[in-house]
Amino acid sequence: MSFDINDYYSKLNSGDVLLAYKGSITSDLISNVLEVVEAKLDDLSEQAKVRKKVYNVLVESLQNLFHHNDELPDKLHDSFDPKFGVLVVSRVENNVYKISTGNFINSSKIKFLKDKIDKINSLSEEELKDMYKFILNHQKLSAKGGGGLGLVDIARKTGNKLEYSFDNYNNEYYFFNLEVIVS
Amino acid sequence: MEAITFEGTAKTPTVKFDSANGVFEIKGRSIPENSIEFYKPLVDWLDEYAKAPRDLTQVNVQLEYFNTSSSKCILDVFKKLETIHKGTNEVIINWYYEEDDEDMLEAGEDYESIIRVPFKMIEIVE
Repeated sequence: MSFDINDYYSKLNSGDVLLAYKGSITSDLISNVLEVVEAKLDDLSEQAKVRKKVYNVLVESLQNLFHHNDELPDKLHDSFDPKFGVLVVSRVENNVYKISTGNFINSSKIKFLKDKIDKINSLSEEELKDMYKFILNHQKLSAKGGGGLGLVDIARKTGNKLEYSFDNYNNEYYFFNLEVIVS
Repeated sequence: MEAITFEGTAKTPTVKFDSANGVFEIKGRSIPENSIEFYKPLVDWLDEYAKAPRDLTQVNVQLEYFNTSSSKCILDVFKKLETIHKGTNEVIINWYYEEDDEDMLEAGEDYESIIRVPFKMIEIVE
Protein backbone atom coordinates (compact mmCIF):
# COMPACT_ATOMS: atom_id res chain seq x y z
CA MET A 1 0.00 0.00 0.00
CA SER A 2 1.33 3.39 -0.88
CA PHE A 3 2.07 6.12 1.58
CA ASP A 4 -0.92 8.17 2.72
CA ILE A 5 0.04 11.77 3.35
CA ASN A 6 -3.14 12.67 5.26
CA ASP A 7 -2.77 9.74 7.56
CA TYR A 8 0.85 10.69 8.20
CA TYR A 9 -0.04 14.33 8.82
CA SER A 10 -2.84 13.60 11.27
CA LYS A 11 -0.59 11.29 13.26
CA LEU A 12 2.03 14.01 13.55
CA ASN A 13 -0.52 16.67 14.30
CA SER A 14 -1.54 15.30 17.68
CA GLY A 15 -0.50 16.06 21.22
CA ASP A 16 0.82 19.44 22.28
CA VAL A 17 1.34 20.99 18.83
CA LEU A 18 2.76 24.50 18.54
CA LEU A 19 2.50 24.63 14.81
CA ALA A 20 1.55 22.26 12.01
CA TYR A 21 1.79 23.06 8.32
CA LYS A 22 1.57 21.26 5.03
CA GLY A 23 1.95 22.99 1.70
CA SER A 24 4.40 25.11 -0.25
CA ILE A 25 7.68 25.87 1.49
CA THR A 26 8.50 29.42 0.40
CA SER A 27 10.74 32.09 1.83
CA ASP A 28 7.72 33.99 3.19
CA LEU A 29 6.31 30.84 4.77
CA ILE A 30 9.63 30.29 6.54
CA SER A 31 9.54 33.86 7.90
CA ASN A 32 5.98 33.42 9.13
CA VAL A 33 6.64 30.08 10.79
CA LEU A 34 9.70 31.42 12.58
CA GLU A 35 7.79 34.42 13.83
CA VAL A 36 4.88 32.35 15.14
CA VAL A 37 7.04 29.71 16.83
CA GLU A 38 9.32 32.31 18.37
CA ALA A 39 6.33 34.13 19.89
CA LYS A 40 4.89 30.87 21.22
CA LEU A 41 8.19 29.85 22.77
CA ASP A 42 8.37 33.25 24.46
CA ASP A 43 4.89 32.74 25.92
CA LEU A 44 5.83 29.33 27.25
CA SER A 45 8.84 30.90 29.00
CA GLU A 46 11.09 27.93 28.39
CA GLN A 47 14.78 28.19 29.19
CA ALA A 48 16.55 30.63 26.86
CA LYS A 49 18.93 27.85 25.88
CA VAL A 50 16.14 25.54 24.73
CA ARG A 51 14.32 28.38 22.94
CA LYS A 52 17.46 29.17 20.97
CA LYS A 53 18.10 25.55 20.09
CA VAL A 54 14.52 25.05 18.91
CA TYR A 55 14.77 28.20 16.80
CA ASN A 56 18.08 27.16 15.29
CA VAL A 57 16.92 23.64 14.47
CA LEU A 58 13.72 25.04 13.00
CA VAL A 59 15.67 27.41 10.73
CA GLU A 60 17.83 24.57 9.42
CA SER A 61 14.91 22.15 9.04
CA LEU A 62 12.86 24.68 7.07
CA GLN A 63 15.76 25.64 4.88
CA ASN A 64 16.50 21.98 4.20
CA LEU A 65 12.89 21.65 3.05
CA PHE A 66 13.27 24.80 0.96
CA HIS A 67 16.48 23.72 -0.75
CA HIS A 68 16.08 19.96 -1.09
CA ASN A 69 12.50 19.50 -2.08
CA ASP A 70 11.95 17.30 -5.10
CA GLU A 71 9.00 18.27 -7.28
CA LEU A 72 6.59 15.50 -8.09
CA PRO A 73 6.01 14.67 -11.76
CA ASP A 74 3.28 16.69 -13.50
CA LYS A 75 0.52 14.12 -13.32
CA LEU A 76 0.66 14.21 -9.51
CA HIS A 77 0.98 17.96 -9.25
CA ASP A 78 -2.76 18.44 -8.87
CA SER A 79 -2.84 16.88 -5.43
CA PHE A 80 0.13 18.81 -4.01
CA ASP A 81 1.28 22.41 -3.90
CA PRO A 82 4.62 23.12 -5.55
CA LYS A 83 7.57 22.73 -3.20
CA PHE A 84 5.36 20.66 -0.95
CA GLY A 85 6.58 20.02 2.54
CA VAL A 86 5.28 19.18 5.99
CA LEU A 87 6.36 20.72 9.26
CA VAL A 88 5.13 19.99 12.76
CA VAL A 89 6.58 21.47 15.93
CA SER A 90 5.32 19.90 19.12
CA ARG A 91 6.10 20.06 22.78
CA VAL A 92 6.94 16.69 24.30
CA GLU A 93 7.33 17.98 27.84
CA ASN A 94 8.88 20.96 29.63
CA ASN A 95 11.93 22.09 27.68
CA VAL A 96 11.68 19.18 25.23
CA TYR A 97 10.45 19.71 21.68
CA LYS A 98 9.99 17.59 18.60
CA ILE A 99 10.46 19.01 15.12
CA SER A 100 9.17 16.81 12.31
CA THR A 101 9.61 17.57 8.65
CA GLY A 102 8.60 15.69 5.54
CA ASN A 103 9.14 16.07 1.82
CA PHE A 104 9.15 14.11 -1.40
CA ILE A 105 12.44 12.74 -2.59
CA ASN A 106 13.43 11.05 -5.81
CA SER A 107 14.41 7.44 -5.10
CA SER A 108 17.80 8.03 -6.73
CA LYS A 109 18.79 10.33 -3.86
CA ILE A 110 17.79 8.08 -0.99
CA LYS A 111 21.08 6.25 -0.66
CA PHE A 112 23.11 9.45 -0.45
CA LEU A 113 20.82 10.95 2.19
CA LYS A 114 20.51 7.75 4.21
CA ASP A 115 24.29 7.26 4.23
CA LYS A 116 24.77 10.84 5.32
CA ILE A 117 22.31 10.59 8.23
CA ASP A 118 23.66 7.20 9.33
CA LYS A 119 27.15 8.62 9.29
CA ILE A 120 26.07 11.66 11.36
CA ASN A 121 24.26 9.40 13.83
CA SER A 122 27.36 7.27 14.29
CA LEU A 123 29.58 10.18 15.31
CA SER A 124 30.51 11.39 18.77
CA GLU A 125 30.14 15.04 19.77
CA GLU A 126 33.81 15.68 19.05
CA GLU A 127 33.65 13.92 15.67
CA LEU A 128 30.57 15.94 14.71
CA LYS A 129 32.42 19.12 15.52
CA ASP A 130 35.31 18.02 13.28
CA MET A 131 32.91 17.09 10.47
CA TYR A 132 31.19 20.46 10.75
CA LYS A 133 34.47 22.33 10.61
CA PHE A 134 35.71 20.25 7.70
CA ILE A 135 32.60 20.88 5.59
CA LEU A 136 32.58 24.55 6.60
CA ASN A 137 36.14 25.01 5.47
CA HIS A 138 36.29 22.76 2.41
CA GLN A 139 32.94 22.61 0.64
CA LYS A 140 31.58 25.37 -1.54
CA LEU A 141 28.03 26.63 -1.18
CA SER A 142 25.67 25.45 -3.90
CA ALA A 143 24.17 28.09 -6.18
CA LYS A 144 21.01 27.90 -4.08
CA GLY A 145 22.96 28.67 -0.95
CA GLY A 146 22.81 25.21 0.60
CA GLY A 147 25.99 24.05 2.20
CA GLY A 148 25.54 20.46 3.25
CA LEU A 149 25.86 21.55 6.87
CA GLY A 150 22.24 21.66 7.99
CA LEU A 151 21.89 18.10 9.28
CA VAL A 152 25.32 18.13 10.89
CA ASP A 153 24.43 21.37 12.65
CA ILE A 154 21.10 19.97 13.84
CA ALA A 155 22.76 16.86 15.27
CA ARG A 156 25.45 18.93 16.91
CA LYS A 157 23.10 21.46 18.49
CA THR A 158 20.61 18.90 19.78
CA GLY A 159 23.05 16.19 20.79
CA ASN A 160 20.36 13.72 19.70
CA LYS A 161 20.18 11.15 16.92
CA LEU A 162 18.24 12.02 13.77
CA GLU A 163 15.24 9.71 13.38
CA TYR A 164 14.08 9.17 9.82
CA SER A 165 12.07 7.06 7.45
CA PHE A 166 11.53 6.79 3.71
CA ASP A 167 8.00 5.78 2.75
CA ASN A 168 7.27 4.63 -0.76
CA TYR A 169 4.85 6.93 -2.57
CA ASN A 170 5.14 5.56 -6.07
CA ASN A 171 7.85 3.88 -8.13
CA GLU A 172 10.03 6.89 -8.37
CA TYR A 173 9.16 8.95 -5.31
CA TYR A 174 9.44 8.43 -1.62
CA PHE A 175 8.35 10.57 1.28
CA PHE A 176 11.23 11.44 3.55
CA ASN A 177 10.31 12.01 7.19
CA LEU A 178 12.78 13.42 9.68
CA GLU A 179 12.24 13.77 13.40
CA VAL A 180 14.47 15.72 15.71
CA ILE A 181 14.19 15.99 19.45
CA VAL A 182 15.46 19.24 20.95
CA SER A 183 16.09 19.19 24.66
CA MET B 1 36.39 54.58 0.17
CA GLU B 2 32.75 54.71 1.22
CA ALA B 3 31.55 52.76 4.23
CA ILE B 4 29.18 49.89 3.45
CA THR B 5 26.01 49.72 5.53
CA PHE B 6 22.92 47.52 5.54
CA GLU B 7 19.87 47.94 7.72
CA GLY B 8 18.96 44.75 9.54
CA THR B 9 15.87 42.74 8.58
CA ALA B 10 14.17 39.71 10.17
CA LYS B 11 16.57 37.47 8.26
CA THR B 12 19.67 39.59 7.70
CA PRO B 13 21.96 41.45 10.08
CA THR B 14 22.73 45.13 10.47
CA VAL B 15 26.10 45.77 8.87
CA LYS B 16 28.42 48.73 9.04
CA PHE B 17 31.95 48.44 7.69
CA ASP B 18 33.59 51.84 8.06
CA SER B 19 36.93 52.23 6.32
CA ALA B 20 37.47 55.65 7.91
CA ASN B 21 37.97 54.26 11.42
CA GLY B 22 38.53 50.58 10.65
CA VAL B 23 35.58 49.50 12.79
CA PHE B 24 33.35 46.83 11.24
CA GLU B 25 30.09 45.62 12.73
CA ILE B 26 27.77 42.71 12.01
CA LYS B 27 24.85 42.50 14.36
CA GLY B 28 21.52 40.69 14.59
CA ARG B 29 20.26 37.63 12.72
CA SER B 30 21.70 36.06 9.66
CA ILE B 31 19.27 33.43 8.43
CA PRO B 32 18.55 34.14 4.75
CA GLU B 33 17.79 31.18 2.46
CA ASN B 34 20.47 32.38 0.08
CA SER B 35 23.27 33.98 2.01
CA ILE B 36 25.57 34.47 -1.00
CA GLU B 37 23.32 37.25 -2.27
CA PHE B 38 23.66 39.06 1.02
CA TYR B 39 27.35 38.54 1.70
CA LYS B 40 28.82 38.96 -1.79
CA PRO B 41 28.84 42.80 -1.62
CA LEU B 42 30.61 42.63 1.75
CA VAL B 43 33.30 40.30 0.46
CA ASP B 44 33.76 42.51 -2.62
CA TRP B 45 33.99 45.59 -0.41
CA LEU B 46 36.66 43.87 1.71
CA ASP B 47 38.68 43.12 -1.44
CA GLU B 48 38.85 46.86 -2.04
CA TYR B 49 39.54 47.68 1.60
CA ALA B 50 42.38 45.13 1.68
CA LYS B 51 44.30 47.24 -0.85
CA ALA B 52 44.75 50.01 1.73
CA PRO B 53 43.58 48.85 5.14
CA ARG B 54 43.85 50.80 8.39
CA ASP B 55 46.70 49.86 10.76
CA LEU B 56 44.08 48.37 13.05
CA THR B 57 40.80 46.83 11.91
CA GLN B 58 38.36 45.92 14.66
CA VAL B 59 35.53 43.60 13.74
CA ASN B 60 32.57 43.28 16.09
CA VAL B 61 30.38 40.27 15.41
CA GLN B 62 27.27 40.12 17.54
CA LEU B 63 24.90 37.59 16.08
CA GLU B 64 21.83 36.27 17.81
CA TYR B 65 21.27 33.52 15.25
CA PHE B 66 22.95 32.46 12.05
CA ASN B 67 22.12 29.60 9.73
CA THR B 68 24.55 27.17 8.14
CA SER B 69 24.24 28.91 4.78
CA SER B 70 25.53 32.11 6.43
CA SER B 71 28.25 30.25 8.30
CA LYS B 72 30.19 29.70 5.07
CA CYS B 73 29.79 33.30 3.98
CA ILE B 74 30.94 34.53 7.38
CA LEU B 75 33.99 32.31 6.94
CA ASP B 76 34.61 33.99 3.57
CA VAL B 77 34.47 37.39 5.30
CA PHE B 78 36.93 36.17 7.94
CA LYS B 79 39.25 34.79 5.25
CA LYS B 80 39.45 38.26 3.73
CA LEU B 81 40.33 39.63 7.15
CA GLU B 82 42.99 36.95 7.47
CA THR B 83 44.58 38.21 4.26
CA ILE B 84 44.69 41.73 5.69
CA HIS B 85 46.16 40.39 8.92
CA LYS B 86 48.85 38.49 7.01
CA GLY B 87 50.21 41.84 5.89
CA THR B 88 51.55 44.15 8.54
CA ASN B 89 48.10 45.32 9.58
CA GLU B 90 46.47 44.39 12.80
CA VAL B 91 43.02 42.78 12.80
CA ILE B 92 40.99 41.69 15.78
CA ILE B 93 37.63 39.91 15.77
CA ASN B 94 35.45 40.52 18.81
CA TRP B 95 32.95 37.66 18.95
CA TYR B 96 29.99 38.50 21.18
CA TYR B 97 27.68 35.85 22.60
CA GLU B 98 24.82 36.04 25.06
CA GLU B 99 25.20 34.70 28.55
CA ASP B 100 24.79 30.89 28.55
CA ASP B 101 24.70 30.69 24.75
CA GLU B 102 27.28 27.93 24.54
CA ASP B 103 26.39 27.18 20.92
CA MET B 104 27.29 30.72 19.88
CA LEU B 105 30.51 30.63 21.89
CA GLU B 106 31.40 27.31 20.30
CA ALA B 107 30.65 28.70 16.84
CA GLY B 108 33.13 31.50 17.54
CA GLU B 109 35.72 28.99 18.70
CA ASP B 110 35.21 26.99 15.48
CA TYR B 111 36.11 30.07 13.46
CA GLU B 112 38.99 30.89 15.76
CA SER B 113 40.48 27.44 15.09
CA ILE B 114 40.21 27.87 11.30
CA ILE B 115 41.16 31.54 10.83
CA ARG B 116 44.55 32.96 11.76
CA VAL B 117 43.28 36.22 13.22
CA PRO B 118 43.14 36.98 16.96
CA PHE B 119 39.66 36.48 18.40
CA LYS B 120 38.29 37.87 21.59
CA MET B 121 35.25 36.07 23.02
CA ILE B 122 33.00 38.53 24.81
CA GLU B 123 30.06 37.40 26.90
CA ILE B 124 27.12 39.79 26.99
CA VAL B 125 25.71 39.74 30.50
CA GLU B 126 22.18 41.07 30.81
